[in-house]
This record gives sequence, C-alpha cells and structure tokens, in this order.
Amino acid sequence: MGDAPGTLAASWIVARKDLAIEFRTRTAFLSALVFALLGVTIFYFAWDATAVAAADLAPGVLWVIFTFAGLLGLQRSFGSELADRAIDGLLGAPISREAIYLGKALANLVFVSGILAVTIPAVVLFYNLPFGAGIGALAGIAALAAVGLVAVGTLFSAMAVNTRMAELLLPMLSLPFFVPIVMGAAQSSARLMAGRPIAEAWPWLRILVAFDIVFVTACTLAFPFTLDE
Amino acid sequence: MTSASEPLAVARPRRDILLGVAILAVALVYVRALAFTPIEARQGAAQKILYIHATAAFIALYVAFALMAISSILYLWLKDEKLDRVAESAAEVGLAFTTVVLLTGPLWGKTIWGAWWTWDARLTSTLFLWFLIVAYSLLRGAVEDRGRRARYSAVLGILGALLIPFIHMSVYLFRTLHPMPIVLKPERPSLPPEMLRTLLFSFAAFVLVYVALLRARYALATERTMLEEHEGQLSGGR
Repeated sequence: MGDAPGTLAASWIVARKDLAIEFRTRTAFLSALVFALLGVTIFYFAWDATAVAAADLAPGVLWVIFTFAGLLGLQRSFGSELADRAIDGLLGAPISREAIYLGKALANLVFVSGILAVTIPAVVLFYNLPFGAGIGALAGIAALAAVGLVAVGTLFSAMAVNTRMAELLLPMLSLPFFVPIVMGAAQSSARLMAGRPIAEAWPWLRILVAFDIVFVTACTLAFPFTLDE
Repeated sequence: MTSASEPLAVARPRRDILLGVAILAVALVYVRALAFTPIEARQGAAQKILYIHATAAFIALYVAFALMAISSILYLWLKDEKLDRVAESAAEVGLAFTTVVLLTGPLWGKTIWGAWWTWDARLTSTLFLWFLIVAYSLLRGAVEDRGRRARYSAVLGILGALLIPFIHMSVYLFRTLHPMPIVLKPERPSLPPEMLRTLLFSFAAFVLVYVALLRARYALATERTMLEEHEGQLSGGR
C-alpha cells in the first residue's frame, strides 16, 4: 500500500468496507427497508382517512419513519465491529480517528439514502400525493435531513455499542437530537407538497442547514473521545 | 495509597449546615411570597408560582445545565476526574430542578391558559432538556469503565448543550405562548418592586439549595469513586 492515505481517502476506504459487508449480507438494509414500508402503511390506518387528508399526514409519516428506520442502520454501524473486536483492526490502521468517523458516517449516509430512495416514492404512491415538480426540492430536504441524522447517529452508535442495553440506549440518546431534523424536514416538505413557494419553507431549511454544519463539525471533533486509547 | 486490608476511611456524616440554611431560606421566601407580597391583579393567586417556577427554571437552565456543559468541555480537555464528578452532580441536581419546573408549570398553565401543556418553545425545550439529562444519567449507569463513562457523558453533555438552542429555534417557528421574559430583558424589569424583591429573594434561596445539593452530591460521587477503587483492590483488579 505504501504511504498512509489522507483523511478523505481513508474515510472512503472505511465506508467501502462497511458498504461491502452490507452489500454481501443485505440483512440490515432489507430489514430497515421492510420496516419503513410497513411503518408507512400502518400509519395510514392510524387516522381516519375521511377526516384527515392523506396528503396532510404524508410529510410527518415520512420523516418519523425515516428516523426510526435510520436507527436500525445506525445500530449496526458499530455493532458490526464488536465481533472478534474488529474495531481494533480499524484503530490499528494508519488512519486518523476522524477518518474512521467520516467513513462510518458516509456508509450510514448511503444506507439511509437508499432507504429514502424507496420510502419517498412509496409515500407518494400510497398517500396519492399530487407530486412532480417538487421532487427535486424534496430530494434536497432528504439530503439535509440524512446528513444531520447520520452525523449524530454515527457518534452515538459508537458510544452505545460499548454500554449495557445498547439497543435501548441508542434511540434514547439519538431521538432528542432528531427532533429539529424531523420538524425541519416535515415542515418544509409539507409546504412544498402543498405547492407553496420555496420561500415559505426557507426558515425550516435554514435550521436544517445550521444543524448539519454544527453537528457534523461537533461530532467529528467529539468522535475520538468515544474510542478507548 | 491505602492497602487493601485496611478498612476504607470515610468521613463521618456531618450535619449539612449549608443545606439547613438553604431550606430555611426557602421557607422564609414562601412566607414572604404568600403573606407579604401583593397579589397580582390579573392572574390572582396563581401568579405566586412565579417565585418557584421561574427561579427553578433559571437555575436548571443557566446554572445546572451550563455547569454540566462547561465541566464536560473542561473534562475532555484536562481529563481531571473531579470535573467529571462536577458534571455528574450538576446534571443530577439539575434534573431535580427541571422536574420542579415541569411540575409547577402545568399548575399555572391550567389556571391561566386553560391547558396543562402546550407545545410552546420554552416548554418543549425544557421537556427535552429533561429528556437529555435523563438520557445522560442512564448513559452513566450503563457504562462500567470509569474513564469511558466520563468521556461518553462529557460528549453527550456538550452535544446536548448544542442541541437545546436548535430545539428552541425550531419550536419558536411555531407560534409561542409562554410569557415573554419579565425580569431578564433589555428594558427595565416590568415586575412591581415588591414582587421583584420577593423573586430575587427566592432566587437567592434557590441558589443556596442548588449549591448545597451540588456539594452533597459531589461528596457522594467522591465516596463512590473511593469505594469503587477499594473494591477493585480487594478483588485484585485494577
């Protein structure tokens, strides 16, 4: 291999490793996907469709389901490093701690983007949304929400695996942090889906962008502290 | 270093004079607030809750939570176990104060707003502050290793401090219902002087309670660490 790779190159290697594992097994992705689709259909029956228009429910359903399905993927992110203490291999590699975090986060971003790529069309289909032009803007909102969710979730995944009750602790740590994401994404996409101009969604988008910047930075800096020396 | 066979020396529990003074001060504030402070014209007796609610909220957010966040940052920087114990104590006593805020608020809300709860910016931020501190305590309980526990909880403490403004801003975009600041605002406080004085007394009394509880909780944390170390020596571990 020769020289140790730079941070970005190293993080890409880490991401590729995680994605290769996921691609060969596909268990986590498929179960998260089925979970998301089941959630979307169950939510439809939680309200009286004649009283509340499906189009009014859709944004909320989409982003709540997205965060829960995302948690399934995040759980596995560092959970997969537990067996045979695989994490030691990563820590021993000549790459920076930040590169491990960014690589893990990148793999998780691909994971949740894949889920969104199926869930958004499913919501449009099942909830009969009159949708066409806004799909580009919705993809942008999805990207902003996914980055924020993955930034915080990857960090907490690294912490939660080393605790007793890891499966319970990850949602408990992460969900408060997902509140601004769900609100921002749901409110801005609700306005777009209702055919309102993008200016009305702008204050919410600004919160999403600020959240992403603050937490990607903070979590990258904080990540090395979650590893044992 | 004490050898493992020696009994663990723990200071005999003394009377906590500071806590006694603090509780007495709170009692005096109640007497003053109930008997010697005029009743507010529009809100009536319900307004009296201000003297508990607002002070507890102020201490929970600007003293307890700020102390937890600052000592978390300092811990990651200096790696001093004392700072971790300060953060732990600040969080736990802060949890008590936040609980008081969340319990007294609805009592006032039901009388004045006609609803126990609304999803207003301040209410929601306080609720999530409470959730965060609960998660913080649960996280501490779920990690065995002391160094790891300290690092993890410091990370959560710092990220939590970054989160609360975001929740506040998000909910603020919804319409907000909570009374705007009465005392801490750019113009002069709009509270009549008698009420303001009671509020300030109440604030001083609650600060005393906070400091006393913090000190007691810190002492407990120190003793727990000593006990852990002692048990570690006895079992021949680290």
